[in-house]
Amino acid sequence: MPQDTIRLTIDRGAASESFDVPAYESQTVLDVVSWVQQNADPSLAYRFACRVGMCGSCAMMVNGVPRWTCRTHVSKVLKGGALQVGPLRNLPVIRDLVVDMDPFFDKWVAAEGVHHGTRTRDDEIAPIDETSPARVEANSGIECINCSVCYAACDTVAGNPDYLGPAPLLRAWTLLNDAKDAGRVAILDAVSGSGGCHNCHSMGSCTAYCPNELDPMSAIAGLKRETMKHALRGKR
Amino acid sequence: MTMAGYRNRAHPLWLAHIVHRLSGLFLALFLPVHFWVLAMAASDPGRLDGWLAFTEAGIVKAAEFGLVFGLAVHMFGGLRLLALEWLPWSAPQKTLAAAAAALSFLIAVLFLMRAI
Repeated sequence: MPQDTIRLTIDRGAASESFDVPAYESQTVLDVVSWVQQNADPSLAYRFACRVGMCGSCAMMVNGVPRWTCRTHVSKVLKGGALQVGPLRNLPVIRDLVVDMDPFFDKWVAAEGVHHGTRTRDDEIAPIDETSPARVEANSGIECINCSVCYAACDTVAGNPDYLGPAPLLRAWTLLNDAKDAGRVAILDAVSGSGGCHNCHSMGSCTAYCPNELDPMSAIAGLKRETMKHALRGKR
Repeated sequence: MTMAGYRNRAHPLWLAHIVHRLSGLFLALFLPVHFWVLAMAASDPGRLDGWLAFTEAGIVKAAEFGLVFGLAVHMFGGLRLLALEWLPWSAPQKTLAAAAAALSFLIAVLFLMRAI
């Protein structure tokens, strides 16, 4: 790395604070945030768990863009030796870099992102055709780990706090296409309300920033088509 | 959000959204004036002639380019959105459709330019 230190600015409530953090090769943004907490200011609040991009808890705004900090190399985002880190957008800040994820998780449930079973434990497991178009659609979204990067990226959520947002709607679309899920009518009702899929303006920030390269925008477009068909068929 | 944040978030689809929204606002402001001036053909032809003489000015000609551009990007942006949201196409199909639309538009404009 060309310079010895990184000028890290951390948004902390109304103010922001800058730190000079030693630069190393192959350093991640989470590494530099952790360095501040361990060496400069132990009171810094932030979240992480797995450090390998599986848990989704270390998501933050990095230079104004939501990212998993554990999977973001400093060298990829450093601008003139400086880096700005803040709490995820569109969620209430608890302290420093920690946001309250409850509104996000509540919207998963509000979008009927829960399993609606078709069988009891005494029945055989339903056979699934992995090649059917519906299963292919469902499979395309099941790798979501609820990190809320898409939710923080979404300008529609920023403008309308009631909007369910990308990840909850992606989950609804996955379940809608899942042969093992019987919640079709409940899901379509949940996602066609005032905070539902039709709020989406297809700006595509969710799809552009999803660290798992999922495509919530297309899933929401799918929900728009299905809710419209459902309405035209007279709520069958 | 900081300016750097906005700059970093300006990915192509986001820019397409902004262009569509701004051109739509622009057209919404323009159309009432447009119809008001056209209505003068029936209510006050003399005043309409005054307006038409005004459109010969160079600056108005330049503004007309902006108008046609605004109309074109809004129309194609709208068709793009309709295709994106209502047609369950794959990404390569959408790219091919966009290429076909751009090519046919180019050919149509070439014929139009020959005609006028």
